[in-house]
Amino acid sequence: MSSTPSSVENSGEQNAIAVTGHEPGAAGQEPVLSVRHLRVEFPTRHGTLVALDDVSFDIAPGEVLGVVGESGAGKSMTGNAVIRLLEPPGRIAEGEVHLSGRRIDDLPEERFVPLRGRHIGMIFQDPLTSLNPLFSVGDQLIETIRTHLPMNEREAREEALKLLREVGIPAPENRLDSYPHQFSGGMRQRVVIALALAARPEFIIADEPTTALDVSVQAQILALLKRLCADHGTAVMLVTHDMGVIAETADRVAVMYAGRLIEIGPVDEVVRNPQHPYTKGLMASIPGIEKRLERLYQIEGSMPRLAAIPAGCAFNPRCPHAQERCRVQRPDLMPAEGSLAACWLHDPVDPLPPRRGEAGEEMAHVR
Amino acid sequence: MLAFLIQRVLQAIFVMFVVALISFSLFHYVGDPVLNMLGQEATEADRAALRAQLGLDQPVVVQFWNFVVNAAQFEFGISYRSARPVTDLILERLPATLELATISAIFAVVMGILLGIYTALRRRSWLAHFIMTASLIGVSLPTFLIGVLLIYVFAVELGVLPAFGRGETVDLGWWDTGLLTTSGLRSLILPAITLGLFQLTLIMRLVRAEMLEVLSTDYIKFARARGLSKRVVNLRHALKNTMIPVITIIGLQLGTIIAFAIITETVFQWPGVGALFITAVRFVDVPVMAAYLMMIALVFVVINLVVDLLYYAVDPRLRAQGGGK
Ligand SMILES: Nc1ncnc2c1ncn2[C@@H]1O[C@H](COP(=O)(O)OP(=O)(O)OP(=O)(O)O)[C@@H](O)[C@H]1O
Ligand code: SF4
Ligand SMILES: [Mg+2]
Repeated sequence: MSSTPSSVENSGEQNAIAVTGHEPGAAGQEPVLSVRHLRVEFPTRHGTLVALDDVSFDIAPGEVLGVVGESGAGKSMTGNAVIRLLEPPGRIAEGEVHLSGRRIDDLPEERFVPLRGRHIGMIFQDPLTSLNPLFSVGDQLIETIRTHLPMNEREAREEALKLLREVGIPAPENRLDSYPHQFSGGMRQRVVIALALAARPEFIIADEPTTALDVSVQAQILALLKRLCADHGTAVMLVTHDMGVIAETADRVAVMYAGRLIEIGPVDEVVRNPQHPYTKGLMASIPGIEKRLERLYQIEGSMPRLAAIPAGCAFNPRCPHAQERCRVQRPDLMPAEGSLAACWLHDPVDPLPPRRGEAGEEMAHVR
Repeated sequence: MLAFLIQRVLQAIFVMFVVALISFSLFHYVGDPVLNMLGQEATEADRAALRAQLGLDQPVVVQFWNFVVNAAQFEFGISYRSARPVTDLILERLPATLELATISAIFAVVMGILLGIYTALRRRSWLAHFIMTASLIGVSLPTFLIGVLLIYVFAVELGVLPAFGRGETVDLGWWDTGLLTTSGLRSLILPAITLGLFQLTLIMRLVRAEMLEVLSTDYIKFARARGLSKRVVNLRHALKNTMIPVITIIGLQLGTIIAFAIITETVFQWPGVGALFITAVRFVDVPVMAAYLMMIALVFVVINLVVDLLYYAVDPRLRAQGGGK
């Protein structure tokens, strides 16, 4: 078994952009993934849609970064952009992505292909559709292993068995030649995890890896993912709607809104003491997280469509604190208590005064 | 597997039975062969004798039973027109039609699949756009017009290929082939293109549509995310999934190639069973017509059976349902 690969050479030049410096948790080691000012555009007949706008974040080796936000916030888009599987005509228009210090967003496609699976893995939402129905599980595993590792058929088969055993498939010798439809949903997602981790990537993107599964197996699969990544020191970008999962699994949390990253910080800070008005509303709407509030709250209004993102802070039409400046000038991430928030309330130079009383309660309304 | 096979074979037999019924009813609804064969001057006794000889004096049910039993042994009686056994007539003409149909089918399937893959993978290239536009013409022009156009361009104007007939053929004893002589091969080109073009465009458009659909599935995205090369993703994973629905349609289309051969054979004066059928229709030669119908039906049924089995071989999900492990 090959150990953690280190073949991604360090390009030397480090883009030490302000944001990283403030980030608690990402300090010290060189990040395994570093995303800088990422902008993704979809040119359409009716103008250009900006699906991601100035998104920057780091993930340290072995770290789990939870990514949350409403449907359509750009969570999957971020993962797809990093692994460069954007649906055409979507494209990275600006920004940089660095993997273990090496810039990867500008590599020609043929040099990027070998990175997929080997250095960046990805797990999708639906295990029922992630596996090719016409190839046996063993075929798909062996093919993936042999793509990345110098093994012959027999060695790859051994390795495949080992992987299946590792992800908890009982009697893998008997299952290797089975086809995906012969596995249950939970077992298929285990196979998917085995495939994604087959070449021991140092970073994987897990896009709602348990959403499509039966509630009873969700926890098992998540625990498995968490254990494997901890064992191999794999960093994870975990996209999910489930705050419970975030609280349990993630080291840090990134909150997205309308294609922007609006708050990022250690999981305890963001969940217990959210700083951005949107995050406050989001956390307040989750039962059991904000214990102080006994009723369920919901943020009024809805997230803008990509074609109609307002100027300034994208959240301003829904924000109880919104003032003139919010409608004109876009806030960048700024240090706010234990995390970073993109909100003028936290402007270090000239903080905006909050409008009325306790933010979370004022802005929310009873469902 | 065995149950599946038996079920399909029973279905095939049922279809053949229905077609036999239709073919048989031709004998009763399409004119009186005896009048046609003997003309106005024959005596009543002559007619009765011929009727008895042809078995037309027996009860209908008996006649049908005889027809089915004979048909099952490839016995279709005597041609009203040439007074020779229908089976001989058909066997004489069959090689010409089968060679034409086979070459057309290979042309249509190979080119259709290749062009389908190309237009799906290079969707945005100008060549793909051009092929797609050209294929619209292929679909909308009637076969005889394509044939006439090809004759005009390649035979009349350029004079590079023969306009009609099979060219020289070689008699192998049981098979009269045009594939072994240059003139035979050259004679095949235009009719084969004419006959295959429609199927080619259909197959191409189908492969393209299926392939595009498969390329947007999660398992293809996951295959890419695992770092499999473009070639492996496109030609191993995507193509295999594309072929499942395509096999069915191609199978059905191949049957129609033999049926459509009637038109092509007429345009190119190709001495095949299609031309034989046209002549038979003109002279109300019912035994030949009936035999032709039965033959076409058999071709369709056999192809269908083969397609089902292929399908079964390609798709593991079907295998599991059919009582595998
Ligand atoms: N092919 C596309 N063309 C144009 N816009 C797209 C395309 N794919 C996605 N989008 C838009 O990009 C935005 C972000 O989508 P994304 O899939 O990243 O959302 P998400 O945060 O993952 O949501 P969910 O929780 O529903 O998965 C959405 O507004 C979506 O409508
Ligand atoms: S910047 Fe203004 S509008 Fe945006 S969240 Fe902060 S206070 Fe609200
Ligand atoms: Mg998503």
